Amino acid sequence: MRIWDPDRECMARDQLTALQFEQLRTTLERAYRNVPCYQKKFLDAGVSAKDLRQLSDLARFPFTTKEDLRLNYPYGMFAVPLREVVRIHSSSGTTGKPTVVGYTRNDLNNWTELVARMMTAAGVTADDIVHIAFGYGLFTGAFGLHYGAERIGASVIPISSGNTEKQIMIMQDYQSSALVCTPSYALTIADHLDRMGLGADSLKLRVGLFGAEPWSEEMRREIESRLGILATDNFGLSEVMGPGVAGECEYKCGMHIFEDHFIPEIIDPATCEVLPPGSVGELVLTTLTKEAFPMIRYRTRDITRLHYDTCRCGRTMVRMEKTRGRSDDMLIVKGVNVFPTQIEEVLFQVEGCEPHYQLVLDREGHMDTLEVQVEVNETIFFDEMKKQREFVGLVEKRLAATLGLRAKVKLVEPASIPRHEGKAKRVIDRRKT
Amino acid sequence: MKVEQISIFIENKSGRLAEVTRVLGEAGVNIRALSLADTSDFGILRLIVDKTDTAKDVLKSKGFTVNKTEVVAVEVPDRPLGLNSILQVLDASRINVEYMYAFVERCGENAVIIFRFDDTEGAIRVLTEQGVKVLVGERVYCM
Amino acid sequence: MIWNDEFETLPREAIESLQFKRLRQTLERVNATVPFYREHFRRAGVTPEQLKSLDDLRRFPFTLKQDMRDNYPYGLFAVPLEQIVRIHASSGTTGKPTVVGYTRRDIDTWSELMARSFVAAGAHKGDVIHNAYGYGLFTGGLGAHYGAERLGASVIPMSGGNTKKQIMIMQDFGSTVLTCTPSYSLFLAESVAEMGLDIRDFKLRIGIFGAEPWSEKMRDEIEAKLNLKAIDIYGLSEILGPGVAIECNEAQNGLHMWEDHFLPEIINPDTGEVLPDGERGELVITTITKEGIPLIRYRTRDITRLIAEPCICGRTHKRIERLSGRSDDMLIIRGVNVFPSQIESILINIEGVEPHYQLIVDREENLDSLEVQVEVNERTFSDEIKVLQELSNRIRKEIKDLLGVTCKVRLVETKTITRSEGKAKRVIDNRPQL
Repeated sequence: MRIWDPDRECMARDQLTALQFEQLRTTLERAYRNVPCYQKKFLDAGVSAKDLRQLSDLARFPFTTKEDLRLNYPYGMFAVPLREVVRIHSSSGTTGKPTVVGYTRNDLNNWTELVARMMTAAGVTADDIVHIAFGYGLFTGAFGLHYGAERIGASVIPISSGNTEKQIMIMQDYQSSALVCTPSYALTIADHLDRMGLGADSLKLRVGLFGAEPWSEEMRREIESRLGILATDNFGLSEVMGPGVAGECEYKCGMHIFEDHFIPEIIDPATCEVLPPGSVGELVLTTLTKEAFPMIRYRTRDITRLHYDTCRCGRTMVRMEKTRGRSDDMLIVKGVNVFPTQIEEVLFQVEGCEPHYQLVLDREGHMDTLEVQVEVNETIFFDEMKKQREFVGLVEKRLAATLGLRAKVKLVEPASIPRHEGKAKRVIDRRKT
Repeated sequence: MKVEQISIFIENKSGRLAEVTRVLGEAGVNIRALSLADTSDFGILRLIVDKTDTAKDVLKSKGFTVNKTEVVAVEVPDRPLGLNSILQVLDASRINVEYMYAFVERCGENAVIIFRFDDTEGAIRVLTEQGVKVLVGERVYCM
Repeated sequence: MIWNDEFETLPREAIESLQFKRLRQTLERVNATVPFYREHFRRAGVTPEQLKSLDDLRRFPFTLKQDMRDNYPYGLFAVPLEQIVRIHASSGTTGKPTVVGYTRRDIDTWSELMARSFVAAGAHKGDVIHNAYGYGLFTGGLGAHYGAERLGASVIPMSGGNTKKQIMIMQDFGSTVLTCTPSYSLFLAESVAEMGLDIRDFKLRIGIFGAEPWSEKMRDEIEAKLNLKAIDIYGLSEILGPGVAIECNEAQNGLHMWEDHFLPEIINPDTGEVLPDGERGELVITTITKEGIPLIRYRTRDITRLIAEPCICGRTHKRIERLSGRSDDMLIIRGVNVFPSQIESILINIEGVEPHYQLIVDREENLDSLEVQVEVNERTFSDEIKVLQELSNRIRKEIKDLLGVTCKVRLVETKTITRSEGKAKRVIDNRPQL
């Protein structure tokens, strides 16, 4: 299969290291000079860009966490004046306020380029009709793939999310050949095809690029056989850029991280110590080219492992395994990141007191479901059914607004949620991955 | 052992309930028991009457949407834990109650509970086996 | 400020000679590459060579929405699919949407025209543009997005819905330009007040509102409540998307149509006859630069008139007056086009439901509301509330899924919907008249 940018993607390791070192040094200097948060962090840790004499010196620099982004909301982490920022995205924060990221024109250009690389590695060409079923909006998923596909010269259908039968009708009528969505949504599409009595051959799909949530090899086999496509995984997070940080090639043996733009490290999430190659631990990413929003040692909280041996495709870029969990309490529901604290905040607002609640995650067909069970008390009990329903409706609406995700609210009787040592078990995850 | 109930769709606006009772009254139909379930837009009026078919016909002729459903009437001693004993029986057999309503017999010794179950046949079987008094329709219609 | 001085201020003769050249090329191209047009022209007995002056355009036949439907999905494309880089769709009159395709150059033109429109509205590179048009197959969101990006402003791709979050972001991110439907802007204004916030703490300067008709009275209200200058924008996906015409900041009087790319005519909707400038009638547009899907004399069904007099802003392009209605039964609800026939076909496809329905359109708290009243019958009625609630939820969901519009479904008693001469009156529009 084609390689979008062979000069970069197949670079010799020593050349790559030299490039990374030079860019990292510049990034550290710029971050220190333009972002007060980094300046303070570097000063506190007693390090400066000059201390970087080789790549491994990066370990001496402090980490950046989601909490830092929250404290510097909205524009405090930007390294350029707002005038230079041409795009603003955001992702969910741990509480009510989202995390904000900005892009300069160069950043958008790099992002587009990296997604073009990733999509080419996954088999997309200029002749494809790319069906993008991620939700368009503040989340980076849809836009990343949209611009990348446009760069390749494919036809883009910005279908956005929802309404599976209409999506299938459009895939059939418009002859979509590449599908972009979450892996679980791919299976939902397969289920609907079955229900509509249609085979995979009623579609022209060839390849599928799936991301935004963890998925297993077993799920890949199911998607590939039921939709008759080559299914690849890709990785990204908006704090670092969005989709296009890493992606699989046709050999499906780990996602190539585009190391000419990002430096990955694996750390022990408990001790924060950098682990040797091949260890399983938390992925930490440093951006090398981002102008508006440089990230120094950002703790992704994703658990994975890196492989440095050469890939059969010819790309020299390191491969990361599928993520195998989180080192925090973040949940991924239908590709949307959810923190239990966000839900707690909403319930607190409507009830006016400490809520007793439990989150039940399950899978209906192949789609994640989130049920929020809330214990009833006098303030939220009504004798009229319509008022009770209105209340549930209100909570559901607020949750949808905060999470960007539909959750079902179920009222349960007081004291029915089990408490462990006075603290309720907040999350019951019945999904199997 | 089943009892016929009619249910009527009525919009949540004034005069509709009165219209139902007027139509029934003029046709000489007597209401034995009723329950009204409310939502913000509409209500479902459920009735047990002495002349089910007449009631259904006259209401339909007046343009109401009417359904006939089968429910189960159970006699319960009018004392503490009277209802509980029945619900225990149902619970033990995992039979779900969709809705229920109650009235007290004229002489005042027993209460009658009207149940709608997810499994009507099963419920009647279980209740009868456990010695609960399930009333036949004719008995309820002329109470 | 003017984005493209050269083209936006072209003298009249230069515009017309450019239009003639481009129109002739367009006619030749569609005649050569789109079988529909070849047949369409042949049947009308016209050939591109017969276009000797701009006036000769009236000899060519109209293109209707129905023609797009008949040629679904790609039948009207004038280039092979490999050259199409984007596909959009708008709601059709029945189940199947209307499909439009863009080449790389079309996307470039669209971005350019939207950038012109932003600048005409008074926006500049330093602005933070809060784009609350819906993204997806509809052209609104992505059209404004690409234009704002071309301009070099900071774009917040907000998309629709989630009002409280929108307000939080508008305030926290310091948004200076708001793009959405006019009714949504008023809804935002009310929500700002409800949340106890003061609009003077926001940085909004300009609002660019379109996708539905709105009155001068509404403009006054929006400007007062949101403390910004409200600009009207026009577009339709069949022709391009947003950015076909826009008011200038200086005059706010009539929308300049980018005449180097579109040729407007006003016709009598009954006779199809072309009316002189200044007379009110249906707007008909011919695209003269589009590659993906050029349209000849497309009947927009929008009622307006052309203003040929020069404008104080210096732009020489003709203006269209703000829209005053439609020549068909299409409803515009919160910027979404809805045909009663679409709702009817959704209802018929739900088992047991009979097409006895009525649409009540109203404005609640400045937001259009659609209530679909459906008569309950013996097949759909149940003695259990949850069954009826499932029915109304299903109808609501299908309408939302297929038409993209949120509605309230009210189940009503049989035969309560007024039937006039055997046929029910389908639409009751209680919104204030323009």
